[in-house]
Amino acid sequence: MDARIKIRNTKSILFKSLIIFLAFIITLPLIIVLLYIIKMGVVQVNWGFLVHAPTPEGVAGGGIANALIGSLIMVGMSAIVAIPVGLSAGIYLSENPGTRLAYYSGLCVDILQGVPSIVVGIVIYFWIVKPFGFSAISGSIALAIMMLPIVVRSTEQTLLLLPASLKEAALSLGVPYHRVMLKVIVPCGFAGILSGIILSIARIIGETAPLLFTALGNVYISTKVTGPMDSLPHLIYIDAKSSYQDQIDQAWGASFILLMFVLILNITTKLITRKWNIQL
Amino acid sequence: MSEKNKRLDLSYSQMKWETVFRRILIVMSSIMVLLVIGTLITLIVKSWPTIKSLGIGYLWGKVWDPVSDVYGARPFLMGTLLTSFTALIISIPFSYSVAIYLGEYNTKGWLSNLLKNTVELIAAVPSIIYGFWALFVLVPQVRKLETLLHMPAVGVGAFAASLVLAVMIIPYAASLGTSLIRMVPSPLKEGAYALGATRFEVIRSVILPFTRSGLFAGILLSLGRALGETMAVTILIGNTSAIGNTFKDVFFGPGNTMASVIANEFSEADHDLYYSALIELGLVLFFVTVIINLIGKRIITKYTNK
Repeated sequence: MDARIKIRNTKSILFKSLIIFLAFIITLPLIIVLLYIIKMGVVQVNWGFLVHAPTPEGVAGGGIANALIGSLIMVGMSAIVAIPVGLSAGIYLSENPGTRLAYYSGLCVDILQGVPSIVVGIVIYFWIVKPFGFSAISGSIALAIMMLPIVVRSTEQTLLLLPASLKEAALSLGVPYHRVMLKVIVPCGFAGILSGIILSIARIIGETAPLLFTALGNVYISTKVTGPMDSLPHLIYIDAKSSYQDQIDQAWGASFILLMFVLILNITTKLITRKWNIQL
Repeated sequence: MSEKNKRLDLSYSQMKWETVFRRILIVMSSIMVLLVIGTLITLIVKSWPTIKSLGIGYLWGKVWDPVSDVYGARPFLMGTLLTSFTALIISIPFSYSVAIYLGEYNTKGWLSNLLKNTVELIAAVPSIIYGFWALFVLVPQVRKLETLLHMPAVGVGAFAASLVLAVMIIPYAASLGTSLIRMVPSPLKEGAYALGATRFEVIRSVILPFTRSGLFAGILLSLGRALGETMAVTILIGNTSAIGNTFKDVFFGPGNTMASVIANEFSEADHDLYYSALIELGLVLFFVTVIINLIGKRIITKYTNK
């Protein structure tokens, strides 16, 4: 009898060790990738790298300013499109649960969240690029579609957490509905909504697939939003396929910059949500 | 105007704004529906030439040769299924372990938080960075392995792509699994402990059966990610539209997936049928990922409402 208990206990301990081993070993690839990118990238980055356009293959110097500026402009424009739309849709979903529109709208948000980014690229190609040509605007709209579901869901979830008495108190004072929403409810859930927005920006800043057939890429520094524009992930994609060492080095530098953006945005989100949780 | 009239005026304008505001909310949430319907219609209309001329046989056609206008999607369907399921199989032990560890063994404290944040960070790193890193670090290792196994040392191919995909999709199943395992009611577990069960036995016969459908939903979400993943796979898969003869060739040699062939050839397509053949791949991809995601989401909602 004692022997059987011993076996069962050993089994339990072995299982626990296995689980711990597997759970922690999976962080290894991430750590290796991060350290490798930092090691290869950090030596490439200097002031000139950030403010110059790329030089032709084999010419020393040059940088990623075209991609950096392009990424910032396109992400900024898509945020301008996606935030108001996503915020309003999120408010609607949290305020009118159970209506037919809310049901289908919520369903479509789920669908949009799962749509592969390359499909979004194709669709925007036909909607905007075919009639108007390759442009940063079309790229931004593709990115905005990728961004929308996260903004909608985070707004909805945050507002659902707020106590109903907040809204009731404001309404009973005679405040009109839109002011209750914009001046009371949204500011109360501001931290949650903001963290959703930052998270969605962190996601789209690394998206390449929707930009392949929309923003197209550009080797010159361009701020013309109606023309082709480069972005960090697209530059990495093009450079990674190159056979010139200086272009590959440039891609390491660009990866490092992109990684830093993503890390900083994610850590900011974590800090905001942590603070917000304590306040609630 | 008297004071009273002014105030009335003000409240009228407020009422007008209220209606406008409500309308804006309705319009904005209708946009979500329009986007999905628009996507579907665009994909169907644009792939109609292929659907009409090649029919369902397109999906099983073995040969993809745009130059002589022969289109068959089998190489890409196979590539997508092979990479996704290989990645899924590799990732399941790891994502389950993370879920069990964070959900049962260590639910609080700095170590638990650290692991949780790190796993979430795996999903945050852009796929292009994984692809680029793997091309220069992982692929040479795969080449060495292939030399050891006496195969042509290509390096790029379904195997390398699956390895990277496996890492990328772990967070989706892991974080869902963690929250579901934490939701297992403690009376159930306590009952099992009171009967003298060890921790392993509680996990095996109480926690896992209780969370089975939820964990399955997590796997579906991971699978949805893997099927649609484009950039890392495009860089690593090697991009050949021919099917290898032996399984070894298919598994280790270069191939193509639905997403990668669209990414590579869409901008090169020069005639209508070629275009619409590529778009039909997008349509198939859209349908498959939508269905998988909706089933996954449905299971989760059913599960969390119970």
